[in-house]
Amino acid sequence: MAQLSRTEVEEIALLARLHLEPDETTRLETELAAILESFGALAAANVEGIAPMTHAVPVDLALRGDQVEPSLSVDDALRGAPKRAGDVFLVPAIVTGKSE
Amino acid sequence: MSATIADVTRRIAAGEVTAEGLVDDAFARIGTIDPHLGAFLALDERGARQTARAIDKARSANEPLGPLAGVPIALKDNLVTKDLATTAGSRILEGWLPPYDAHVVEKLRAAGAIIIGKTNLDEFGMGSSTERSAFKPTKNPWDLSLVPGGSSGGSAAAVAANLCVASLGTDTGGSIRQPASFCGVVGLKPTYGRVSRWGVIAYASSLDQVGPITKTVADAAHLLQVIAGHDPRDATSLPTAVPNFAAALEAGVDGLRIGLPREYFGEGIDPGVRAALDETIEALRANGATIVDISLPHTHLALPAYYLVAPAEASSNLARYDGVRFGKRVEGVDLLDMYKRSRGAGFGPEVKRRIMLGTYALRAGYYDAYYKRAQQVRALIKRDFDEAFTRCDVIFTPVAPTPAFAFGAKANPVDMYLADVFTLSCNLAGLPGLSVPCGFTKAGLPVGAQLLGKPLDEATLLRTGAAIERWADITETPPGVATLEPKPDQGTQPS
Repeated sequence: MAQLSRTEVEEIALLARLHLEPDETTRLETELAAILESFGALAAANVEGIAPMTHAVPVDLALRGDQVEPSLSVDDALRGAPKRAGDVFLVPAIVTGKSE
Repeated sequence: MSATIADVTRRIAAGEVTAEGLVDDAFARIGTIDPHLGAFLALDERGARQTARAIDKARSANEPLGPLAGVPIALKDNLVTKDLATTAGSRILEGWLPPYDAHVVEKLRAAGAIIIGKTNLDEFGMGSSTERSAFKPTKNPWDLSLVPGGSSGGSAAAVAANLCVASLGTDTGGSIRQPASFCGVVGLKPTYGRVSRWGVIAYASSLDQVGPITKTVADAAHLLQVIAGHDPRDATSLPTAVPNFAAALEAGVDGLRIGLPREYFGEGIDPGVRAALDETIEALRANGATIVDISLPHTHLALPAYYLVAPAEASSNLARYDGVRFGKRVEGVDLLDMYKRSRGAGFGPEVKRRIMLGTYALRAGYYDAYYKRAQQVRALIKRDFDEAFTRCDVIFTPVAPTPAFAFGAKANPVDMYLADVFTLSCNLAGLPGLSVPCGFTKAGLPVGAQLLGKPLDEATLLRTGAAIERWADITETPPGVATLEPKPDQGTQPS
């Protein structure tokens, strides 16, 4: 069904925001190809005209009133953060703010 | 601690035991046994004693007691617990203290249950042996050289080894039923939507369900009664009335039509498993059930469909672990590098494999061939069940093709995936499924029977399971744990 090149594995890892060591990339090349190969029966299944099933049971879209309800305090929401500054999560700068 | 929920609640109400005494016994036993078993990742002795004292005080004052008052219960460590470490078996959440309780934990606490600790699991529920926990393996109480199954292996082992009275697990592709089978206990995966997923650390949201792992079918009914029901915080929680699950437990199987899907009884089933199932089928027939030959023709497609749908959902769900809001952060040269390094260091090999597989399946250009096709097959599998249930009331199958296997026996990922071959369809179709001990192999390992029911018909599964349990009578202490029991004091007899 599928052969994965090293470049493809690296592209998927980037999409998945995963840093892989070179030996992990090598192992995943083989493993993902073997897993996809074992799924061959899927390609042969006759699914013509079958609507994809996205939910296990039919669920109507659940809506609630647009009202403020009790929720986590800012401190509770932030207390697990690896880095914070006051009431915000701290991350590496995306924009440096310098003008040329 | 070999007591059931029914025993404990009765004895507490009668004043024969105190909740604090039960908690003392539980932690003493955990202290002796668990260093060798590895069922728990965290214990909450302080919280448990506090709850126990409150219950004892309420009883002394003749105040009404909840339906689980004083019952020591363990929770799979992917159910979030306020101020009690919750890891989902992953390094990426190591040290995290959740700021809230999951819906099911709120329900248990309100019912008077005593939460004694958090149990081991395959990382984020991704595995069938608990070997994929980032922290430690859990051993099987029946034979310490074997796995307990997974991913709720810690919860099943803790119940089987009498380290708690009952536990909760989660089941995305068999993660309650298969470890229950391997450990000789009862495991129930409720209908999708029966139990709220609010506060369950998500693996595959269209498949995940929380359910009880217990010593008896009656206890499973009792625990389900407490945790089931609508919760507006989970958009997929069903606004459906919850029946009295205990009501039909004694009704027996007379008049029930029990379907045997021929696709589940082919080659590849361990002879000991097969023999135990055959005996159970004969007992069902002898007790008045009608055995019906049925077919679920798309069964062979359940495994590939599951292993595309579940990783696809996982790749999306696990995007939240990025080193920003909670969990592990590894600094990088910029934001993207920080994301990649945090996730690369925090996730284990199986989680990375599934994230990669899911990302691949959802990728532009591959979506139709993999993810969409898997969802179409899912619809075919559901249709098979709908048709089968016009001819029978309950479907009877093996839980797994083999009894518990050895550590390291399924090192190849595809071999490990095959351990779930009989349990996946139930999740894909959203059905309730019960694993109930039905006998032993010649080597003395427990074998589970799987009962699958119509949506929201847990009651018929529990009724059938209770009948099987009466014949199978698995009450002995697991021999692996027996070797760890404190030795009786032999030198104090008066001469």
